[in-house]
Amino acid sequence: MSDAILVTEDVNKTFGAVTAAREVSVEVPKGAIWSLIGSNGAGKTTFVNMVTGYIKPDRGRILFQGRDITRLSPRQITRLGIRRSFQMPQLYAELTVLQNMLVSRSINAERPPSIWRGAQGADDVERAMDILKRFKIADYSDRLMGELSAGVRKLLDIAMAISGTPRVVMLDEPTSGVAAEEKFPIMDLVMEALSASDVTILFVEHDMDIVTRYSERVLAFYDGAIVANDAPDEVLADEVVQRYVTGTAK
Amino acid sequence: MELLAFILVDGLIYGAWLFIVSVGLTLVFGVLNILNLAHGSLYAIGAYATASAVGAYFALGGDAFPMGSYLAMVIGALLVAVVLGPLLERGLLRHFYDRDHVIVVLVTYGVFLILEDVMKLIWGVTPLFVSEPYSLLGNVELGPLFYVAYDFLVIAVAIMSGLAVWFFLNRTRRGKVVLAVIHDREMSQTMGVNVDRVFLVCFTVGVFLAALGGALTAPMISVSPGIGVNVIIIAFAVVIIGGLGSIEGAAIGALFVGIARAASVHLLPEAELFIIYLVMAVVLVFRPEGLFSKTEARKI
Amino acid sequence: MSATRSLPVICAIGFVALIVVGLLLPEWAMFLTTMAFAKGLVALGIVCLMRAGLVSFGQGLYFCIGAYVAGLMANWTGITDIFLLTALGIIASGITGMIFGPLLATYRGIFFAMLTLSLSMILYGFLSKMTALGGTDGLNVAAPTFLGYAPEGRALGLSLYVYTCAIVVIAGGLVRTFFDSERGLIALAIRDNELRVEYLGASVRKEIVFSYVAAGILGGIGGVISGLAIGHVDPETAYWTTSGEFVFVAILSGYLSIPAVFVGSLLLEVVRSFSNLYFPNTWQLSLGIFLLAVILLLPNGLGSLLAWRKRRRETS
Repeated sequence: MSDAILVTEDVNKTFGAVTAAREVSVEVPKGAIWSLIGSNGAGKTTFVNMVTGYIKPDRGRILFQGRDITRLSPRQITRLGIRRSFQMPQLYAELTVLQNMLVSRSINAERPPSIWRGAQGADDVERAMDILKRFKIADYSDRLMGELSAGVRKLLDIAMAISGTPRVVMLDEPTSGVAAEEKFPIMDLVMEALSASDVTILFVEHDMDIVTRYSERVLAFYDGAIVANDAPDEVLADEVVQRYVTGTAK
Repeated sequence: MELLAFILVDGLIYGAWLFIVSVGLTLVFGVLNILNLAHGSLYAIGAYATASAVGAYFALGGDAFPMGSYLAMVIGALLVAVVLGPLLERGLLRHFYDRDHVIVVLVTYGVFLILEDVMKLIWGVTPLFVSEPYSLLGNVELGPLFYVAYDFLVIAVAIMSGLAVWFFLNRTRRGKVVLAVIHDREMSQTMGVNVDRVFLVCFTVGVFLAALGGALTAPMISVSPGIGVNVIIIAFAVVIIGGLGSIEGAAIGALFVGIARAASVHLLPEAELFIIYLVMAVVLVFRPEGLFSKTEARKI
Repeated sequence: MSATRSLPVICAIGFVALIVVGLLLPEWAMFLTTMAFAKGLVALGIVCLMRAGLVSFGQGLYFCIGAYVAGLMANWTGITDIFLLTALGIIASGITGMIFGPLLATYRGIFFAMLTLSLSMILYGFLSKMTALGGTDGLNVAAPTFLGYAPEGRALGLSLYVYTCAIVVIAGGLVRTFFDSERGLIALAIRDNELRVEYLGASVRKEIVFSYVAAGILGGIGGVISGLAIGHVDPETAYWTTSGEFVFVAILSGYLSIPAVFVGSLLLEVVRSFSNLYFPNTWQLSLGIFLLAVILLLPNGLGSLLAWRKRRRETS
C-alpha cells in the first residue's frame, strides 16, 4: 500500500453513451512492470489518457506518489515524471530524428531550455546520439519522419518519451503496426533502456506472447472496467478474460 | 424608450446589411476552407457594376419605369459573379488548395490588391452616385421615427438571401451534397461527389452575395475607390463572431454587431469605429471558436 | 559550434558592408533602404511567430505603437534622442505584447490572425477619433538627435541609415541566436506537433507568448525608426493593409533565413517605388501580381534558396 507510486480511486469516464472507465481502481507499486490488455474500446487508452492528463475523469481520483494529479495538465503530469508514448507515434515531421531527440532532451535537461544556448552543440548532439544508439536507430539520425519504418518511429517515440528522469512510463501499444519479427527486439530494447532505474512501467499490448514475457502482472479491461488483475498466467487462464478479452474461451 | 427603439431599428437595419455582406464570406469559408480577403473588393465591384447598370438603365429611358432599376442592380451583381467567380476559382485559387491556410489568405490578399486597381482602371477615381433606387420607395413612419423605406428593403433582402442559402443547404439534394463536402471533403470525393464543381458553384454564389451586398449599398453611398477595404474587415468580424463557416452564426453575429454599433452611435460616438472589433474580441475571449462552432478533440 | 562563434563576425562584416554601400547610395535610395529595414524588423517579428506556427495579421499594432511613441514623446516631452526613443518604443510595445500575448496564446491559425488584426484595428479606430493625438491626420515628428548630435539634410539621412543598420544587425544576430537555441528548436517543434511538446513537459503557451512579445518589440522598434525617418505618424500604420504588407514580406522571405527578410522588404519597397513612379495608379496591381508570382514560384520564400544549400550541407 505505502509503496504504491500510482493509485486510481473509483475513476469513471463516459463519452456520450459509451462508458470508457467504470470504477477503475488500481494501486501500482513502485518498480512494477504491468501490462494492460483488452479489446479495442475496452478502456486501456482512456486509462492512459486519464493518468497523463489528456482526459479528465468524470469522477474519482488519481494519485501519484500520494499527490492528487486528477486535474493537472499533461505538461504538469509529465514534469512530475509520468511519461507516455503514443499508439500513433507523435513526432515532429519537419525535423530530423536527431532534432526530434534534441527537442526532448533540451526540455528534459537539468536546467531549463535557454534562448541563448545553441540547440545543436557538440555535447548535446553526442548525448542525443548516445540515446539513439541505445535504441539502435542512430543510423537514421538525419532522416525525416516520412522516410522511416513504423518500427523506427515507435522506437523514436519511446526514446523521446523516456528522456530525463521518468518515474512512471506508460507505453501505448509499443509494438502495434510493427512487423512480427520486430516486436520482441523492440520490447527488448525498451526494457533494457529502462532497466537501469527503478522506473514503473505500464504498457498497453494486444500480443499475449509479449504480455506473458515482459509483464509481472496484467490488468484486463472490458467495457471500461478492470475484470482481472493478477499474474499473467492467472489472468490468461481466467474464464471471464478468455471469453471477453482474449477470445480464447472454448 | 425612444432611444432604445432607435437603437433597435438602426441595429436591425445595420445588422441586415452586415449579414448580406458577410454571408458569402462564411459560405466560401465553410465549403472551400478559404478566408477570402478579396471579398470586400468583390463587394466594391458589385457596387460599381450596379452604379453602371443603374446609370445605363436610366440613360436608356428607364425613367418611364424607375422600379426596373432594382432589376438592373441584381443583373449587375449577377454579371460580376458569373465573370469573376469562375475566373478566380478556376484560374487562381484552385492551385493553392493544398497549401497552408495562411498562404491562401495571402493569395486572396494579392487578389484584393489587384482588384482595387482594376476597379480604378475601369471606373476611374471620381465618385459615382446612383441614389435613384434609394429614394424611390419613399419614407416609412414608425411612431415618432422616420426611415427611408429602402432600409427595410435591405432587411427583406437579408432575410431572403439567408433563407435561400439555408433552404438550399438543408432542403435540397444538391445542398446536402454541399453539406457532405463541408463535413468531409475527401470522403465525399470517394463517394463520387464532384467536389471541383461544388467548389466552383459555391465560390460563385459567394461572389454573387458579396456583389449583391455592394449592389444594395451603392444607392446609399458615393461609390468611390476604397469602399471595399473597410467592408472586408467588418465582414470578417461578423463571421468570426458567429463562427467561421456557419450561416446561422453569421446572422446572429450580424445582429449582435449591428445593435452594438447602433448603440455606440447613439451613446458613445467615439467608439463607433472600433466597437465591432471590441465585440469580436470579447466574444472570442469567451467562445474561442465563435458562437456557432464545435471543437473537436484530437485522437491520440 | 563554429557557426555560433562566427555569428558576431558575420554581423560585423554585414554591418560594415551595409555602411559602405550606404555611403555610395543617393539620398532617396538611402531613405528607401532605411524604411525597408524598419519594416523588415516588423516582418522579422512575424517570422519569429511563423517559426512557432502562427501568423499575425496585426503587427501594424506594434508598428503604430512604436511610431506614436516616437511622435508623442518628441511633441510632449521634447525628447528627440533616438536611443531613448527606441528604448521607450521597446518598453511600450513589450508591455503591450505581455498584456495581449497571454490572451492570444490560446488561439491558432486563422483565429490568431484575425484576433491580432482586430487588436490593431481597435487601435486604428481609437487613434482616428482622438483629435488630441492628431486624429486621422496624425502628427509631425521632430527630427531625431543622436546622443546630442543633431544632423540635418543628408547627414541626418545617413545617421538614420547607420543607426537602422546597426539595429538590424543586432536584432538579426539576436534572432538568429534564438532560432538556433534550444527554445528556438522547441518553437519549431510547436509548429509541428504541439501536443507532443506539452507531453515532453514544455509549455507551448510560454513559448508562444515569448515569440509574440519578441515580435511585438521588433515591430515597435521598426515603428520608432519609420516614424522618425518619415517625420510623420498617422493611424494608417495600424490599418490592416499595413499589416498585410508585413505578412507579405514575411511569407516572401520564408522563415529559414534572416537576411532574406530584409532583402524581401527591400524588394517590396523597390517594387513599390518604381510602380509608384511609372504606374502611379496601378502600383497595387503590380504588387499583387508580384505577390502571386512569389507564392507560385517560391513556395518557401526567398530564404528557401539559401536554406536549400544549408540542408544539403547538414545531411552530407
